[in-house]
Amino acid sequence: MKPAKFDYICAATVEDVAEVLGEHGADARVLAGGQSLMPMLSMRLSRPQVVVDITRVPHLDGMRIEDDHLFVGAVARQQSLAGVADLATRFPLLSQALPWIGHYQTRVRGTVVGSLAHADPSAELPLCLVAMNGEINLRSPRGSRRVRAEDFFKGTMLTDMADDEFIQSARFPVAKPTDRFAFREVGRRHGDFAIVAAAAVRDDTGIHVTVGGVNDVPFRRRFDGLEVHDIGDAVSELAAELDTRSDLHASAALRRQLVRSLASDTLKEVLS
Amino acid sequence: MRRIPANEQVRVSVEVNGRVVTGQAESRTLLSDFLRHELGLTGTHVGCEHGVCGACTIRIDGDIARSCLKLAVQVEGASIETIEGLAPAPDSLSVLQQAFVEHHGLQCGFCTPGILISLDTLLRNEPNADEMRIREVLSGHLCRCTGYTPIVKAALAARDRLKELD
Repeated sequence: MKPAKFDYICAATVEDVAEVLGEHGADARVLAGGQSLMPMLSMRLSRPQVVVDITRVPHLDGMRIEDDHLFVGAVARQQSLAGVADLATRFPLLSQALPWIGHYQTRVRGTVVGSLAHADPSAELPLCLVAMNGEINLRSPRGSRRVRAEDFFKGTMLTDMADDEFIQSARFPVAKPTDRFAFREVGRRHGDFAIVAAAAVRDDTGIHVTVGGVNDVPFRRRFDGLEVHDIGDAVSELAAELDTRSDLHASAALRRQLVRSLASDTLKEVLS
Repeated sequence: MRRIPANEQVRVSVEVNGRVVTGQAESRTLLSDFLRHELGLTGTHVGCEHGVCGACTIRIDGDIARSCLKLAVQVEGASIETIEGLAPAPDSLSVLQQAFVEHHGLQCGFCTPGILISLDTLLRNEPNADEMRIREVLSGHLCRCTGYTPIVKAALAARDRLKELD
């Protein structure tokens, strides 16, 4: 349970990070809050030749609201979301999901962007980014590009990021006052990874539910025009479409039941 | 940018419990191992070494951290507080520590250092934390002896005592 040897680089600028990744590609890993990468290193699931620490790069720890979006820098901590003014009204889904993101002890250190980069299919932040139609801003020696959340997550811990890219920031759109959001999760213990999590959104484009913890990426399904009396059929369809599997934590049947139950609860809430 | 090659040892200088100390570390040395093996501060316990059990919880620059999820080389120049710094003097306990003794908040004591640091931080930041909040914070720690109830009782008693003293 000790990491294998690696060169440690403490980056001073964003350009440093890009340079290291340009040189080492997949042999380098970016270290920020350490709540995902450090366990991977200690369990030797990840054995990079180079670890590039971005925690001392200036300005990456910021969260700011600009152009109707919350910009979250690569080193901004999950707990810092709690300090965003009017989080509950401007970012209701983040506000509802925040207490479910790991534990108090890991939220204080873990970064929003780190969770997105890690792309665990049962993590709350990737689910929120997909449900909210957020975006990822990637940086590499070749330049910058933006990727929509639904195009970013490709599989369990797989993303659209190339070997020489890192996430410089993520952006979450501000909710309109008429938008409705609901979030539910079931896990073994509070703070554990979700067995199933669901977020329902109703906005001026329609209604959709995003489910985490089941497929290998957050799964979003539209239910435009849905009425309350159709929710039962809608969530059964949803559960049948998902790739529910059995593992140590829950059987496939329990997962389907949780999908129906959590999707139904969240849809009822946004339709009421 | 600063680079520490894989096979090199470097000096790490850090303030621990109010004293600046230095030790040697490789790039891959975990902070938990640095505290225990290099600085001899064995009060910080090491359980799972992947951020789940909470036994190695300390404070870095005032914020709580799992010391197994931090590299020693990352804390150069930082200010760290460990369980050894919690008691006000060698022959007395903090209010929280005393409450743990009185309410049987520990049996084997393995998880206790981390739990004390977490609860000490909570009561410092949120002096009116209710039982739900205490339980939520406690969920970041594993204890296989007490079943948590005596720990919650101890935390509530410490909270009330600290408010009286305030």
